[in-house]
Amino acid sequence: MKKLLLIAGGSTLVYFVLAMLMAVLPGLTLSRTPPGPNVKPLAAVEAEGREVYVANGCSYCHTQQVRPLAEDAAFGRPSTAGDFVYQTPELLGSERTGPDLTNVAKRRGSAIWQYIHLYNPRAVVPESIMPSFAWMFRVVDKAPAGVTAVPLPKGFAPASGVVIPSHEAEVLVTYLMSLKQAPLPGGKTAAQPAAASPQPEHAAQAPAAAGHAPAGGADIAHGKQLVDDNCAACHQADGSGLAGTFPPLKGNAVVNAADATEHMHVVLFGLEGKAIDGVKYESPMPAWGDQFSDKDIADIIDYERSSWGNHGKPVTAADVAAVRAKGAGK
Amino acid sequence: MPHSASRGDASAETDNSSLVELFAGYTISATFWLVFATFVAIVLAYKFGAPDFGGGAWLTFGRLRPIHTNATFYGWASIALVGLAYYVAARSCRTQLYSIRLGWIGLWLFNIAAALGTIALDLGYNSGDLEYREWPWPVRLVFVAALVVTAVNLLATVARRSTDDIYLSNWYTMGGVLWTIIIATVGVLPWYQYGLGQVAVSGYYMHNAVGMWFTPLALGIFYYALPKLLSRPIYSYALGILAFWTNLVFYPIIGSHHFLFSPLPWWLQTIAIVFSVAMLVPVLGGSANFLLTMRGRFGEMMHSYPLAFIFIGVVGYLVGSTQGTVEAFRSLQEVWHLTSFTVGHSHLTMYGFVTFAIWGGIYALLPAATEKHAGRLGMALHFWLAVVGSFIYVIAMSIGGTIQGLDWVQGKPFIQSVIDIGPFYVWRGVGGILMFLSHIVFAWNVWRMTVGPSATPVAVTSPATMEAA
Repeated sequence: MKKLLLIAGGSTLVYFVLAMLMAVLPGLTLSRTPPGPNVKPLAAVEAEGREVYVANGCSYCHTQQVRPLAEDAAFGRPSTAGDFVYQTPELLGSERTGPDLTNVAKRRGSAIWQYIHLYNPRAVVPESIMPSFAWMFRVVDKAPAGVTAVPLPKGFAPASGVVIPSHEAEVLVTYLMSLKQAPLPGGKTAAQPAAASPQPEHAAQAPAAAGHAPAGGADIAHGKQLVDDNCAACHQADGSGLAGTFPPLKGNAVVNAADATEHMHVVLFGLEGKAIDGVKYESPMPAWGDQFSDKDIADIIDYERSSWGNHGKPVTAADVAAVRAKGAGK
Repeated sequence: MPHSASRGDASAETDNSSLVELFAGYTISATFWLVFATFVAIVLAYKFGAPDFGGGAWLTFGRLRPIHTNATFYGWASIALVGLAYYVAARSCRTQLYSIRLGWIGLWLFNIAAALGTIALDLGYNSGDLEYREWPWPVRLVFVAALVVTAVNLLATVARRSTDDIYLSNWYTMGGVLWTIIIATVGVLPWYQYGLGQVAVSGYYMHNAVGMWFTPLALGIFYYALPKLLSRPIYSYALGILAFWTNLVFYPIIGSHHFLFSPLPWWLQTIAIVFSVAMLVPVLGGSANFLLTMRGRFGEMMHSYPLAFIFIGVVGYLVGSTQGTVEAFRSLQEVWHLTSFTVGHSHLTMYGFVTFAIWGGIYALLPAATEKHAGRLGMALHFWLAVVGSFIYVIAMSIGGTIQGLDWVQGKPFIQSVIDIGPFYVWRGVGGILMFLSHIVFAWNVWRMTVGPSATPVAVTSPATMEAA
């Protein structure tokens, strides 16, 4: 009996103490983390959308944690402890089969895009392997008043009728569109405490500094990288857009205009409700100014102005800085 | 002190048939869950190449994925290991199982939990996408009840042993069940699991549910089956005890290495890395002990598939655990974290180590218990399909995951990493199909060793017979 007590009881006691030290005590302490600046609880409808996210296991392929590493800079500033206060269950995730969604409302800032993408990801991202969530939508003859039909491109739309989102899809998209990092006081880039960073030089860098070429002169390769990662979701990698839904950049009058001020203004501050080359678009163009440096935006614009047959005059980081300084109102 | 765990004791004979039935019942149940879970896995693997296949809520990837992992963990591996633990406890203690009835009750509880959990997940009742504890909490409490029943039964069996010593296998199996009651309870209670607090618990839980549950039970099988197959005591009993205590002290500390670079306190992450290195002590000690027990007799694998399964299990333990240590370094996590490399690692350990250990244990012990045999061809097919399949699987995920990670480090657009890993998803599917086929063969073998018609005995497990031959 003594032997049994020693082996079973002794080892269980040791294990109990370790479980307290490694799980329960850290859990207790960290559960009391104060919210970070500007971190707010979710609205009821966003919380409902979060439940749809959980029920369908979105977090098996999408993380919601930005690490203080250069490779994560594309997803936002490094996550801080205060970011997670209202996030129970935690959805940090363990795999990135798809991209991180911490900041997806900024990176894919169009609910219309989200609906199309949810209905069939390949309608907007041809190489995507994300499942289609068409079962969260209904096909009806005519969209009821107050409901906007999802503007699906040809080949993805049903043969007849229009596609409208179910309640599930609506709350899910509302949740996704709420996923943006709270701005930290003192700038967009949250450098973690030096002690908390394995690579302080990375943590201190601006988010978009990954893979940056030496300063000065247009870096078309870098511009392409940023466009493919951020702009192509709507405007497509070949600049052709999605007819009637997202405007093409190829042959676009603003992109080819000699004066690039408007081009820079749209990228920096976004655009909504204005006809582009005679077509009115439902989806707003999100503002990218707070996600990218002047140099990044110059690279993006120069890539757009020199690709797909476009012949716009290139701009410099200084030009972008000048437009930025004038502010959204011009 | 060395204990050859040889069978042939008369005391067990009277109660033999009900114990054998119980052992067979656990094995058959577990086999069902293995085939089910890996069939789901094939559907999942196929979806990577054909994402529009299996539309609809019930077949969506995010619902099937936790069904696969939980059915593998708590259906297949847990049930199979508990069945083996009962049999090993009764035999190595030279006594009867404390309660056959409790054994059956536990089996029902395990199965009810796994069935309810599977249904709940498919209906979208997922408890927070928290890995390996996705079942709704009432279902997880059923699983805890099954563990409690198992712990009582195992401890009471060991308490009534007719041997003086408690054989090492039982240290591991009793410990595993008792610790896992704590793990499951810590995982289910809510009061310290808000926001980042829950992240700390997740790190602890997802790691300990594997390494303090499956690992000790699988090691318990090695310590019993290996000496039995070789009719030779374990190389060093003392080394086994050292591995037991070091594993106990080091392993619970390393869970946070699943959240490196997260906002978890840096000390929690660093201590996890330090003890991930310390884990080399029990891992190398344990593996060396098994391999040295086999010293000079590796050739016998040519004649004994049970030994071959166990050998692969030992290699899987050694390689998978060492890989785990290496992965914990921050420099390597920068590349591998969040990639499919981790998926390769989890299959190397849960499959290459745990699942092969279970198979080795079943092939070594079940025929002796039921006096029915799987055919040599059946075991050969099972072995080679599983070995080749899992080899392809792990290599594909390791290379694909590395490419994924390097794409990210180079700052390529994210979608490039999805494109680049594509071919490796196909190879993973190829490996997966071979693995699944091996499970069908295994199910056939289990049928023959239990309720079906036995094959002619393959008298290869005893070297004495071979020497005579």
